[in-house]
Amino acid sequence: MQLLSTAHDAGVAPVLVIGIGNPSRGDDAIGPLAIERLEAIGLPGVDLLTDFQLQVEHALDLVGRSEVIFVDATVAGEGPFSFEPVAPAADRSATTHALPPAGVLHVYGECTDAPLPAAFVLAIRGYDFELGAPLTDAAARNLEAALEILVARLAGRAVRRGLEVVPKPPGSASSR
Amino acid sequence: MSFELETAANPTSLRRVVIEPVSRVEGHGKVSILLDSDDHVQQVRLHIVEFRGFERFIQGRPYWEIPVMVQRLCGICPVSHHLAAAKALDQVVGAKRLTPTAEKVRRLMHYGQILQSHALHFFHLSSPDLLFGFDSDVAKRNIVGVAAEYPDIAKQGVLLRKFGQEVIRVTAGKRVHGTGAIPGGVNRAVTRAERDELVKDAYQMVAWSRAAVQLAKRLHLANVGLYNSFGAFRSNLMSLVAADGAMDLYHGVLRARDESGDIIFDGVDYSRYWEVLTEEVKPWSYMKFPFIRSLGSEQGWYKVGPLARVQNCDQIPTPLADAERRDFVDFGGGQPIHATLAYHWARMIEMLFAAESIKDLLHDDDILGDDLVVTGEREERGVGVIEAPRGTLIHHYRVNEDDQVIRANLIVSTTHNNQAMNESIRHVAKRYLDGRKLTEGLLNHIEVAIRAFDPCLSCATHALGKMPLQIELIDAEGTCIDTLVKDSHERCSC
Repeated sequence: MQLLSTAHDAGVAPVLVIGIGNPSRGDDAIGPLAIERLEAIGLPGVDLLTDFQLQVEHALDLVGRSEVIFVDATVAGEGPFSFEPVAPAADRSATTHALPPAGVLHVYGECTDAPLPAAFVLAIRGYDFELGAPLTDAAARNLEAALEILVARLAGRAVRRGLEVVPKPPGSASSR
Repeated sequence: MSFELETAANPTSLRRVVIEPVSRVEGHGKVSILLDSDDHVQQVRLHIVEFRGFERFIQGRPYWEIPVMVQRLCGICPVSHHLAAAKALDQVVGAKRLTPTAEKVRRLMHYGQILQSHALHFFHLSSPDLLFGFDSDVAKRNIVGVAAEYPDIAKQGVLLRKFGQEVIRVTAGKRVHGTGAIPGGVNRAVTRAERDELVKDAYQMVAWSRAAVQLAKRLHLANVGLYNSFGAFRSNLMSLVAADGAMDLYHGVLRARDESGDIIFDGVDYSRYWEVLTEEVKPWSYMKFPFIRSLGSEQGWYKVGPLARVQNCDQIPTPLADAERRDFVDFGGGQPIHATLAYHWARMIEMLFAAESIKDLLHDDDILGDDLVVTGEREERGVGVIEAPRGTLIHHYRVNEDDQVIRANLIVSTTHNNQAMNESIRHVAKRYLDGRKLTEGLLNHIEVAIRAFDPCLSCATHALGKMPLQIELIDAEGTCIDTLVKDSHERCSC
């Protein structure tokens, strides 16, 4: 099977950040916007990925990683954000619409014997998710606060690995 | 056909059970059940919040943006919306007939979507129900034996889906929400290198799809009594078919059969779909109820999707899938199969058809061509219809002389299946609700019926915390006497 071997051999970066959300649904854009910002910074050793929702195939994006961070909007909590580890858990939703991060990790465990990467969820508080709505001011502030700690974490990890963090000029980066 | 249990005679004096998500933002389903003082089911309704902001989101935009824009309506079947919109706008730009390259690249994209969607549904959404049982111990004993023969289910499901998405990436240009289909054709063909890479895995996908049909069939036959009766109801069937009556999920004419399999209409040009189909509004539901115009709302509702399509066509134009279709039809013994759980078997036959079609298209050099777009005399109106994974999808646009979309009407698969899903839920609730206490078992039985149709719930946003379901039991005085909340990890709390 080519697909699984390709994932193993692709020389992936040790860290993957996945931004989840629909850019056209108000604060659901938090995840994709976080990825845009990280692209502009250009952190070494970090792969970036964005999608409207998580599904089983994202388990293959985890192959070969040491750490994965899921960035998503949340309607829970006071905000501005939470950063928590996440463990595998089987998902039993009523439809095929989406998996939570724990569900993706569970599928990973079903598909490979490789060790599970350390996994975290950066959940950023959002407020308005209507189709066509812009990002709310409050969500934008929450995103800035969350990015501050996320970038510090990723940059610190890069420095520990002896990699130099140099901001890229705008438009020079692209996510997968 | 009837609307038994749709509306109780005296609903205000009944106890109410409600199953619903906490929030409506993502679009959701809710099941409400009214019981009388003897715990008999008197009324069952499936409410699906259909987000009607779709049309407003589209109106006012230039028509050439629409095939990309509509993908933001739905995160789970963006390719179907992409292609339905492109087909509608083919008519607007006067493209009466696409080039062979454009049509075949679009077909490849579509069958990639069918493959990945059906694989996800069967292997990851429904197989846990089907393999480990949701009913009697006898059923479990039969099913465990079948499951033991298929230890790699989860991995195959992931890789089938991944392959389908690779097909989409190659034909649409991007992994997420590509731009491949444009009014009048496509903006890219397949390269020889891309084709060669996909061919390496195509035969494995056919083999796994073939095994999946066998699995679905064996599960059905291992517990025929349950599978034939669970949530079952008789209805009309509708889908696109090719002009010669063969299965075609990308293009064709509208055909409908009655519950006995006799033709109601056939060969209908979908660009005038409203001549055979119309919609009814009911005060208790956000979602409309389509029906066949000539039969009226009470007799004219129908089901769409795999169960309808496999039985509506005369043959499937790929050999392995057609052999499986014949087995399926034979199982019905000369009558259409109306079992809700037979959706799974039919869905796997379609997945095999998609895998075979992808393999064949990858060996067709037309997909490598460079004649990508045609145009003709400009039209004001365009209708695009496609058989999406869940059923018939209609996009209908009107474009003004400034190239702006001034009217949009979308009828999605879940809307076509609205009455059918209600019927299935009613049969399940009547059979399995004991009325005394809310149980996870009841919720799961209702969900099993919902999963068979896999309704699309306007689900383009999935912020964390928006997925749980809630059941409430409310007595005749309106007091909540029992509550059950279930999140996506199947944790329940009261």
